[in-house]
Amino acid sequence: MNKSVFLGTLAVAGLAAGIASAQSTLEQVQSRGALNCGVTTGLTGFAAPDASGEWQGFDVAVCRAVAAAVLGDASAVEFVPTTGQTRFTALSSGEIDMLARNTTWTFSRDTDLAFEFVGVNYYDGQGFMAPRELGVSSALELDGATVCIQTGTTTELNLADFFASNNMSYEPVPIETNAEAQQQYLAGACDVYTTDASGLAATRATFEDPSAHVILPEIISKEPLGPLVRHGDNEWGDIVRWTLNGLIAAEEYGITSANVGELAAGTENPEVNRILGTEGDLGAMIGLDADWMQRAIAAVGNYGEIFEGNIGESTPIGLARGLNAQWTDGGLLYAPPFR
Amino acid sequence: MSEVHAQTVAYVRDTMLPEESPPITEAGAVKWLRDNLFSSWLNALLTIASLFIIYWVLSHILGWIVYGIWDADSLTECRAIRDSLYGEGANVACWAVLGDRWEQLLFGFYPPQVYWRPVAALLVFFLAVAPVMFQRAPKQLLYLTAAAPFLCYWLLWGGSIWGPVLVAAGFGIGYAVLKFATPVIGNLGGMIATVLVPLIYWVVLVGPLAGALDNILPIGIRSIASNQFGGFMLALVIGISGIVMSLPLGILLALGRQSDLFIINKFSVIFIEVIRGVPLIVWLFTASLLLNYFLPPGTSFDLMLRVIIMVTLFASAYMAEVIRGGLAALPRGQYEGADSLGLDYWQSMRLIILPQALKISIPGIVNTFIGLFKDTTLVVFIGLLDPIGLSNSIRATTDWNGIYWELFIFIGLCFFVCCFAMSRYSQFLERKLATDRR
Amino acid sequence: MATMTDPPSEGFRLSQLIYDTRYRSMTIQVVAFILIMSAFYWLANNTAQNLAALGKPINFGFLGTRAGYDINQRLVEYSNNSTHARAAFVGILNTLLVAALGCILATVLGVIAGVLRLSNNWIVARLMGVYVEGFRNIPLLLWILVIFAVMTESMPQPRDFREDGSARMILFDSVAVTNRGIYVPNVVFSRSLGGNEIEQAPVEAPVEAAPRTNAVGTYGSSRIATGGAGVDADAEQSGGPGATQTSGGNLAEGDIIPTSSGLDWLVILGVFVAGVVGARFISRWATVKQEATGVRPTGSFWMQVGAIFLPVIAVLVVLGAQFQYPQLQGFNFGEGIHLRNSLVALWFALALYTGAFIAEIVRGGILAISKGQSEAAFALGLRPSRTMNLVILPQALRVIIPPLISQYLNLTKNSSLAIAVGYMDVRATLGGITINQTGRELEGMLLLGTFYLITSLIISSVMNFYNSSVKLKER
Repeated sequence: MNKSVFLGTLAVAGLAAGIASAQSTLEQVQSRGALNCGVTTGLTGFAAPDASGEWQGFDVAVCRAVAAAVLGDASAVEFVPTTGQTRFTALSSGEIDMLARNTTWTFSRDTDLAFEFVGVNYYDGQGFMAPRELGVSSALELDGATVCIQTGTTTELNLADFFASNNMSYEPVPIETNAEAQQQYLAGACDVYTTDASGLAATRATFEDPSAHVILPEIISKEPLGPLVRHGDNEWGDIVRWTLNGLIAAEEYGITSANVGELAAGTENPEVNRILGTEGDLGAMIGLDADWMQRAIAAVGNYGEIFEGNIGESTPIGLARGLNAQWTDGGLLYAPPFR
Repeated sequence: MSEVHAQTVAYVRDTMLPEESPPITEAGAVKWLRDNLFSSWLNALLTIASLFIIYWVLSHILGWIVYGIWDADSLTECRAIRDSLYGEGANVACWAVLGDRWEQLLFGFYPPQVYWRPVAALLVFFLAVAPVMFQRAPKQLLYLTAAAPFLCYWLLWGGSIWGPVLVAAGFGIGYAVLKFATPVIGNLGGMIATVLVPLIYWVVLVGPLAGALDNILPIGIRSIASNQFGGFMLALVIGISGIVMSLPLGILLALGRQSDLFIINKFSVIFIEVIRGVPLIVWLFTASLLLNYFLPPGTSFDLMLRVIIMVTLFASAYMAEVIRGGLAALPRGQYEGADSLGLDYWQSMRLIILPQALKISIPGIVNTFIGLFKDTTLVVFIGLLDPIGLSNSIRATTDWNGIYWELFIFIGLCFFVCCFAMSRYSQFLERKLATDRR
Repeated sequence: MATMTDPPSEGFRLSQLIYDTRYRSMTIQVVAFILIMSAFYWLANNTAQNLAALGKPINFGFLGTRAGYDINQRLVEYSNNSTHARAAFVGILNTLLVAALGCILATVLGVIAGVLRLSNNWIVARLMGVYVEGFRNIPLLLWILVIFAVMTESMPQPRDFREDGSARMILFDSVAVTNRGIYVPNVVFSRSLGGNEIEQAPVEAPVEAAPRTNAVGTYGSSRIATGGAGVDADAEQSGGPGATQTSGGNLAEGDIIPTSSGLDWLVILGVFVAGVVGARFISRWATVKQEATGVRPTGSFWMQVGAIFLPVIAVLVVLGAQFQYPQLQGFNFGEGIHLRNSLVALWFALALYTGAFIAEIVRGGILAISKGQSEAAFALGLRPSRTMNLVILPQALRVIIPPLISQYLNLTKNSSLAIAVGYMDVRATLGGITINQTGRELEGMLLLGTFYLITSLIISSVMNFYNSSVKLKER
């Protein structure tokens, strides 16, 4: 065994992704035939592999939609699990083409870390969950509490700000993963658990007795979660941005995975026609063919379908649409016009 | 005669008394208990304390393990079954998660149709190390040992067979150059050519040649990308490739550390101490966060390969220390004997010193491997899905969110079986080597 | 005769560099040096280019900016308004603390387990075998997670300690074992020397870069540890009583409330060391007397004990030392010292894991001493305890110490697994949150690696020094 396989592995294709020349991200993805999409290593409802190893979830659907739009195949995605620590480096080093990992859009990430957030696919906010028997009804009563937090996120900064501005003290218990945090919280090692409200709901839903825990009314931060790409390749950013917008617009105009084929034959509504590529040539403007959005919607459904299928009220997680409803329904989702 | 004797010496017995059975306290279970458990009051105290500990541990976990539920599709279902069987809120395990996900814990996302390939690769590995590990193994297996790295690579990652074959051929080319070119262009030229020619061949020729051959004669199996690797297979692949590739590097470093050449010696020492002085987790973060910075702009290769490179460098420092121990353990006479035969440095190392030093280093190498294998669990922190990483992913699905101990117990057991077997082997080897020397 | 001439005095030829052994080693070294240096240059050049392309030139300025996150276990004063450098320093102290505690406990556990594994008590030997093999063959990461979870699952919650709760404090109501950690009494001084305020100012001034306006004052003072501020780093590592001077979470405001400061503990430590030195002198004096008269002065042992303890007790009385017992306040226990679960779990896991390795080293060391040594000692009429102390241990120690050193090193490095239980060590602060918030991977990892490297080198050189002092003096 004194021969090294190192050079062998380097030379043989398959492992080495090779030298990325001056190609644009779109060309790279197309020549590779697969989209490298960064996701979390596991977050209930947002991304997790099922028993057969297929990734499922709300963030995963965005990746699949982009793959369907760009490559015509929703399964042509290589999911790259990233942790809170490694996600940004993976993106900036080119290991992944886009990151869809419930990442909060913040000023410094957008500018200093040199990323481009292409939109928001989930409006979230940091909340608190406490056992009902603790008798706490507001986060303002938490002076002196022990708080479980997940590290490596904006959560710990928000928490520090919240307690500082309300003149309260607390004891942080930083935890690496959600599963451990859940175990710690249930065993009573902390009085409250704080993370994004969606995560709290997802966690609470899996408790033996969900009604024994309350989610406190205060939301202490704004957490617009969205997919992001690197600075410097605006064409690629446009593709991801408008795929996301297309999913949102599709819900607004009633395009679903079931009726997309039918609508693609042509409708009365010129906006729908433009989205589906039967009118105008929007696809060509971003370097894709005309029916890119058709494929994306056919593969994963519109925003509403993705929401309902992964985290909506019909799933065990049972999140209400809330802020994530269409603007027509009082939510914040507002896709710019396709024109 | 006896009569006379009996009269003169009154107290001599001429027949043996039949043997009495020992007193009840000195025989059987009682004696064993007295000797082994209650030989002194301190021992008795320790025994009672130990028994209490064992009872306490078992009473807490035995029921949970034994009454565990094996047949369910999700944790909710598990709880429903439990409630109907043992009453509301009983504390029992839900082993069903293992039934549902054991394949994933072992193989990651490797396609189930080709599970035979990692298994075959593992078998090849075992056969390949057999001649090194066991003296009675047939020597013909050494050919397999030489081919194993390429064969295992091909089995695991798949793709065209020509890549690994052509890369392996590079070593043949190097050997041929050494054999035939050396007499023509002299020793030094030969050495340089032996290194350079295969290097040029690998960098320039292998890629196009493999493509061309694949077009002419496509032999290959389904190609599996390395992000499909996971679970114990990932831990084994990282551990084994790390240890195998670190061996040549470790030998060079050990020789460098023993060398009289000032610069080479110092560089070896610095390398070894820097690597050993910093925890593996920091190196892994370096691999994950920084390695791309060190390479020419635009280069990027996948995380698993980066981790393997880092683990190899890490293991090579430890390997160097193990081999240095082996070199130091050789009697001085071996070195002097080699010198007196007129062998030059490399000849004496190759023919006399290293074969002996490596042999007595094997237990240390196995121990290094055990340590490395256990340490592969740290890759979870950089997002590779090793068993612990997969356990997090499994808990993130709505079906199994909330499950905790069952996965850890399974993972712990698997690690224990592997490592315990290896450590027993290394102890066996140590004992054997110890008798060899006496 | 003409055969014994000098070697032909030819001029220097280039080929001598390769074929002449006098020059060859030089050639090889120069070539190797050039190769290694060019490799370094290549790496550095790539890095510079890559960083330039990303617009992130190497810059350690981030260390001086506001950290913005909280650290639960602070051995020195820290708040989220402190700088990243301060956060890194807090992390370094935490790493050193858990490493020192771990090494001590691991040694104790390892020696006990190693000796008991050789015991002729069947069940005890087997039990120790299970412990050693279990911990040696299962990854440390798993053990840390399991011990952490076991501790939270099996211990009572703080609220169980209320009047009607099920749990009670142990040891005369002084220690509370909860699933958030262990609360032990703190020693405070009613006449404290008050080093806090004196040492605080110069330390805080340069690092408190950008104090923010909203409610910082009250926020800071209400949460700062009872007396962590000036605790001397050396005192921490020596396992001094101030070692776990962490936040009690109480409101240490005003001057009347008893406090403890680093200066107090420094004085006590100094007095204690002086006492030990004094005891040494008494012992030497007694030995001289014994050699002169044949009789050891009576009471010399008690004089030594007195020399060590009386001055310390006197100082404690002068300072007005008193225990501050943990008390339930609101959600948690207040007062007292809080050993957090993350610390305790990491500490126990590291100690148990390393202890299993040390047990094998100890066992091997004892077995390595041939039976003849103990038999000879018995034949000389030495009692078993003296045989152990005078014959077996000194010899076994020589076998035990070198591998023990590498176990201590391993433990220190393994403390970086604190990430798994959220213990805020240097990897979690500098190498974790700081890198994550500032995006300065290269600089952060460089500093982190340097810290571990220096720590390792210091430990191994100290231990090597000790090793050479117990080494068999061979001629």
